[in-house]
Amino acid sequence: MTTTARQLIVNAIENGTVLDHIPSENLFKVVDILNLAESQNQITIGSNLESKSFGRKGIIKVADRYFEDNELNRIALVAPQATINIIKDYKVIEKHKISIPEEVFGIGKCANPMCVTNHQKIATRFKTIVEGDRINLLCHFCEKTTNIINL
Amino acid sequence: MPKSLISIHDFSKEEMLHILDVASEMEKNKSQKILDGKVVACLFFEPSTRTRLSFETAANRLGARVIGFSDVGNTSISKGESLKDTIKMVSNYVDIIVMRHPLEGAARYASEVSNLPVVNAGDGANQHPSQTLLDMYSIRQSQGRLDGLTINMVGDLKYGRTVHSLLQAMSHFDPSFVFTAPAELQMPMEYKQFLTERGIAYRETTSLNEHLNDCDILYMTRVQQERFSDPMEYEKVKDVYRLDASMLGGVRSNMKILHPLPRINEISLDVDDTPYAYYFKQAENGMYVRMAIIACLLGYR
Repeated sequence: MTTTARQLIVNAIENGTVLDHIPSENLFKVVDILNLAESQNQITIGSNLESKSFGRKGIIKVADRYFEDNELNRIALVAPQATINIIKDYKVIEKHKISIPEEVFGIGKCANPMCVTNHQKIATRFKTIVEGDRINLLCHFCEKTTNIINL
Repeated sequence: MPKSLISIHDFSKEEMLHILDVASEMEKNKSQKILDGKVVACLFFEPSTRTRLSFETAANRLGARVIGFSDVGNTSISKGESLKDTIKMVSNYVDIIVMRHPLEGAARYASEVSNLPVVNAGDGANQHPSQTLLDMYSIRQSQGRLDGLTINMVGDLKYGRTVHSLLQAMSHFDPSFVFTAPAELQMPMEYKQFLTERGIAYRETTSLNEHLNDCDILYMTRVQQERFSDPMEYEKVKDVYRLDASMLGGVRSNMKILHPLPRINEISLDVDDTPYAYYFKQAENGMYVRMAIIACLLGYR
């Protein structure tokens, strides 16, 4: 079945996208952000898998679906180290890191309890501010900074 | 010129100076009917008598008519109408919206929902840009310049939005700062970092007396009870600084005292009669600056 010799814990897919190196604790946030619960594609999700570089990681394999960059960049906030593998005919034909978008829309919640987005039906909007390996979110509305951990 | 005035960050140095120049023209000619036939909405989702009267008078002096409300008690908002619907509805009636709201970011949101210019007259603890502009106007008027001044900010520097916005706006004009605050209410790190990045000097003290004699502007603020969640913390700091006339013996002759008002105990009444008191003039200036803001955003200046 597979073209690699090593044994895969999560089955390989013939065609589609593999999202690898997702922090296990944020795996299901990624599922939510990409709205995979609504998807009709075949999806395999692995959590708490062993990883040489991360200790434990999550992985999501979505068969027969290729995401747009702007869809994938939305997960940058919860999985900034994630790797995207494009699979065709069981082979990785493209592999890339995700990049952090300058602005994110409709993801996360402003940490400021007095922010208008926490009281009215308003989609959140943040500027991302990268400081080293931390990402802070500057709220477009209340101008307060939300730490990514609070998402 | 931006369409709306939401945050002081939306305005460049040149745009701020333009508003100040128009305001000084308004002060020379206090009634000009350039907005004859226009309607200004003053939507006050929380009460603020001073700011509302100042904006309404400004609109009236320009010849515009004013509609609006001064608190939400008698409006459909108390029936649960969304902010979006209120703004959409009012946008159909008027030419410009002035609004105050207890939620932070409400004015930004309104400016995106509405096709009209929106003036933020205060959104919670976030921004109050007309206050910042009138502070700058008063500083320039009393000192003859904005550049190279020493500004001593006193009181609640932690929660006080007026000092944060003024600090950022004045950063264009080569200032140096003194921050006089009790330990609990010191200037937050992010603003000090903002100054450091721009090479602007600041000194910090807990003593009001320490830097009274070497500043050009003494910017006093009230410790606002409504910003404290813990009443004990408020009681500890509410009367920490009280300025009276006897403390002003050695101050610079050009020194002026500003205060966004209302004051409680932080400036004693005997200071009012000294040549250093400028806070009532400052409040008057608010009207000229708000005339300028409305005229500029409607494209008349």
